[in-house]
Amino acid sequence: MSRPSLRERSALLIGRAAGATTRRLGRGGGTALPGLIAARLAPDLLATFARTLADGVVTVTGTNGKTTTSHLLTAIARADGREVVANDSGSNMERGLLSTFVEADRRAGVRRLGVLEVDEAELPRVFPRLRPRLCVFLNLFRDQLDRYGEVDSVAEGWAAMLAAQHGDAWSPTLVLNADDPSVAQLGAYARGRVITFGIDDPTVALPGREHAADARFCICGARFEYSAVHMGHIGHWRCAGCGRARVAPDVSARGVMLGPGGTEVELVIAGEVSRLILPLAGLYSVYNALAAAAATHALGIASDVIATALARAAPAFGRQEQFVLDGRTVRVWLAKNPTGLNEVLRALVAAGPPLTVLALLNDGIQDGQDVSWIYDADVERIAPLAPTVICSGDRADDLALRVALSGIEPARVERDPERALDAALALTPAGGRLEIVPTYTAMLRVRELLARRAGVPSYWVGEHA
Amino acid sequence: MSADHPPLRLLTLYDDVMNVYADRGNTIAVHARARARGLGIHATAASLGDPLPSAADLVLIGGGQDREQWRIADELAGHGDQLRAWADEGVAMLAVCGGFQLFGRWYRDSAGAELPGAGVFDVTTVAPGPGWPRCIGDVIAHSAVDAVGELVGFENHGGRTYLGAGARPFAMVEYGRGNNGEDGTEGAIRDRAIGTYLHGSLLPKNPALLDYLLAGALSHRTESEVRLEPLPAGYAERAHAAAAAVARSRAPRFERPTRPAV
Ligand SMILES: [Zn+2]
Repeated sequence: MSRPSLRERSALLIGRAAGATTRRLGRGGGTALPGLIAARLAPDLLATFARTLADGVVTVTGTNGKTTTSHLLTAIARADGREVVANDSGSNMERGLLSTFVEADRRAGVRRLGVLEVDEAELPRVFPRLRPRLCVFLNLFRDQLDRYGEVDSVAEGWAAMLAAQHGDAWSPTLVLNADDPSVAQLGAYARGRVITFGIDDPTVALPGREHAADARFCICGARFEYSAVHMGHIGHWRCAGCGRARVAPDVSARGVMLGPGGTEVELVIAGEVSRLILPLAGLYSVYNALAAAAATHALGIASDVIATALARAAPAFGRQEQFVLDGRTVRVWLAKNPTGLNEVLRALVAAGPPLTVLALLNDGIQDGQDVSWIYDADVERIAPLAPTVICSGDRADDLALRVALSGIEPARVERDPERALDAALALTPAGGRLEIVPTYTAMLRVRELLARRAGVPSYWVGEHA
Repeated sequence: MSADHPPLRLLTLYDDVMNVYADRGNTIAVHARARARGLGIHATAASLGDPLPSAADLVLIGGGQDREQWRIADELAGHGDQLRAWADEGVAMLAVCGGFQLFGRWYRDSAGAELPGAGVFDVTTVAPGPGWPRCIGDVIAHSAVDAVGELVGFENHGGRTYLGAGARPFAMVEYGRGNNGEDGTEGAIRDRAIGTYLHGSLLPKNPALLDYLLAGALSHRTESEVRLEPLPAGYAERAHAAAAAVARSRAPRFERPTRPAV
């Protein structure tokens, strides 16, 4: 194993010191700065670091579920006794990955596994340097089109990345969502093993396709047909033109019972069945758990270890995190694109009335400057519950218009998150639930407010830190 | 105006294919505003393989990616005669982004391949290919139609659209890039048919444009020039103002914007 050079080690130390200083100054978790500094000082650091991980690197990418899947994957690997280096802050561009390495404690002689969530457009750039042993592809939805341009260009980037020769016989295992045709078709580029995951349960199918369906056409040009739609364009698909179709997955979920705060599921790993209650709500959480199970199964971890760890998992940062404030239960549901928001709304419908929602729409670079995506989500879905909806964030007025057009008169429109939170708590019945649905930067802000009031750390403290 | 006339015939074209930039918001806004005005709507969706209905008062089409444009271009071009005839008889239309490009004469994609258009507007579009940035960002534009006034929206397109001798711009950009980033024009207008790059979503946040299209549709339906009574649009106006403030704070200002002659 190659060790970092002197130059690289100095870059590391400087970067690490910068991260500590940022946190001391109270400027959040300092997740990107150490990496930014280290990368300037030593450009090959990413590859060097990846090589120091004796157990190899696992990448997790896709539009939705990267953070939760990485979090679950890490929990399973640790339950199996492995030491994990993970970017659990969700900082998933190159400098965030570097920061993770910079910040990680480097003890010699320990077999360590890197679990890295990587931005879907960034993956092709870092792939040859990370040389992952295993790549998890979750899904591909429309998201931040002002940044990515078109959905198709992301899929083309993945295919080109896998098809390119990288100089030797290195052949990563691909972990693919069998139910997402854009992801499943990557199997054609695999040079190593392919492990697939998917849901086999007719009871979770939607009555029809959602508006925000993205992969409508096969690469052959014909339209996909579905015998079951689970969300967006994800489900049991086949192409009438060329016969490409979903294959029976290696790791699957059956008997799914969606509850208000958890999901009962029968997990089938290569024929072995475990029944467990996943402490996360929503069908999308089942996909995240399946992806983590498939990846750890591919790493050789036993099914019972996987099932037990999943049943004990805690939510990831801002993803169904729960706080108790003024005797009210407050849950944070990050939602940053139409399919993600649809799934959150579906989980809120499953939780039932009375429903009080504080929704926050920001339009920063990380949220997407184009806020029109809210029209692709089915906000109408919660209207029958007669919810109390408070609209906040930099684009509170855009959000209020969307909510009003869905037939729900907003209870309050308050751009300032702190005042909106106060209003929302006041509108939540004592002993009741407040559901907070923010975009990314709004989540960071609202989580900081909640953490301060609930007396927990306001930035994410990874277990390796 | 009340519901003492037959419902407006709304036609959405390829809305299960061309809907990538939230163009559904336009359809949602049409339904909501018509309801608020007591106007009935009879909605028809025509997609791949479907014939066009015999008549329409309002036609909507949204944007798509290259792959989706390829799928519909030939069929849409085949509807060209009907769509042009409708435009001539004053049917209200809104074609956004990729839909606007294919409502032009032709679209040449980044690989140099040419897609036929429906020819409603005398415009042509060229995707300049690698090295040219997409036009992405907030837009403020000023419509050639007095009653429509200031428009706010968001643009996201690779193609550059140029107006032919027979085309008039729908608006001129103050912030943003517009049709091609060069001449300051935004979209095209032919009678009551409008093509534009603005999504964002356009009709929810621009109630004056929404009313203009509804008045056009109603005029076509009743074969008489209809003026709509003023009707408050509080949420829409506040969202419009908020989007305009954001555009002024972060979008590039277009050089020497001028208002087109009507
Ligand atoms: Zn096919």
